[in-house]
Amino acid sequence: MKVINASQITETVERLCIEANCELNSDIMDALEKGIGAEESETGRRILCQLVDNARTAAREGMAICQDTGMAVVFVEIGQDVHVAGGSLSDAINEGVRRGYEKGFLRKSVVSDPLERINTNDNTPAVIHYDIVGGEGIKITVAPKGFGSENMSGVRMLKPSEGIDGVRSFILEMVDRAGPNPCPPVVVGVGIGGTMEKAALLAKKALLRPVDMRNADSRYKELEEELLERINRLGIGPAGLGGRLTAMAVNIEVYPTHIAGLPVALNMSCHVTRHAEAVL
Amino acid sequence: MGSVIKINTPFTKEMARQLKAGDSVEISGVIYTARDAAHKKLTALLEEGKELPFDIRDQIIYYVGPCPARPGMIIGSAGPTTSGRMDAYAPRLIGSGLTGMIGKGLRSPEVVEAMKEHGAVCFGATGGAGALLSKCIVSQEVTAFPELGTEALRKLVVENFPAVVVIDCNGNDLYITGRAKFKI
Repeated sequence: MKVINASQITETVERLCIEANCELNSDIMDALEKGIGAEESETGRRILCQLVDNARTAAREGMAICQDTGMAVVFVEIGQDVHVAGGSLSDAINEGVRRGYEKGFLRKSVVSDPLERINTNDNTPAVIHYDIVGGEGIKITVAPKGFGSENMSGVRMLKPSEGIDGVRSFILEMVDRAGPNPCPPVVVGVGIGGTMEKAALLAKKALLRPVDMRNADSRYKELEEELLERINRLGIGPAGLGGRLTAMAVNIEVYPTHIAGLPVALNMSCHVTRHAEAVL
Repeated sequence: MGSVIKINTPFTKEMARQLKAGDSVEISGVIYTARDAAHKKLTALLEEGKELPFDIRDQIIYYVGPCPARPGMIIGSAGPTTSGRMDAYAPRLIGSGLTGMIGKGLRSPEVVEAMKEHGAVCFGATGGAGALLSKCIVSQEVTAFPELGTEALRKLVVENFPAVVVIDCNGNDLYITGRAKFKI
């Protein structure tokens, strides 16, 4: 059995919070740069150039790419042969978020109660998802989620008879209705199957996959490609001001489901789509 | 898209009425920041018949909650937030003399009606370009509601802050017309 100290987890989460918020992932940077060449709208090209320039400025000056540095969503894959010593794992993660947001000059955007709405002033608590896996490692992914795009997300419980056409309609309708709000070009995370909350979690996890990597199952790869093409015909474009590049990718994850159901969830993500990971 | 129109605040109704959806502008001078929580407080003050913490006539409100400034910097990342969350409050402020709003995203018919009636413009700044836009801010001070942290009401001085007129005083909406041009 491997022993990992809680303080090591705190330090890792602290570092990942800053990295995810200040350094645009290279797959996104590539997609934005390619988008400039392909964009038909002059305004759209100007917006994409601003976004590339913005990411470079943020990296150079150690600033957040966007002022909405999100609610910290943390995925933890913990090996069943790992023992965390020196404190609770959840406390260690939250302490890492607290330190990372302070040290990185990141915005504190979390309120303690959804109705009372008092800022906790340290961006905690994080939303933590644990998976127990084999082995003796811990993989931590910090995916701070901004709410301009989060607010454009949703779940629909389709009837099985609605099938793939129902899934297509739901996704296109959601992107169409979101228009400029989620800061396009977006990444569209989709979860199909499972239960209501499983579909939502799959959609969130789908956003962790690079925008240039398609689903390994050829059926879903084709659906991802088809939906991306149809989304990019909607005309929304960069910043929603009209243009071609509305989405950089549609990432679909699936799971077995019940004989009576076809849950589908869409988690919208802005052009930043932050995530950073480490393995201990 | 034509040349860039320079705007120096205060932003009068006459200036607002000259702008058209799709115009590129660069804004210089004093603007104020407010998000949901500050809007709620501002409209509550108006309901109670009290004075606002600043004279709202001919002013521009920027919908932003900035990141904290690193030492030696004026402000942290400071891009626009979604305008639609202020829809419940905006008509009241427009009725009190507000002439400009900077944000991103769609507005409700009620806001657009108030803009047409009173003469106000909704500008769009590039969402997610907060690091770049922060460079146009030359000073900031908290004017009211410091307890709201990032959501406090701030007075900013900006220089050549880039924005686009997304909805003009006649209700023309670039989000609709811009999209229509590229929809297949």
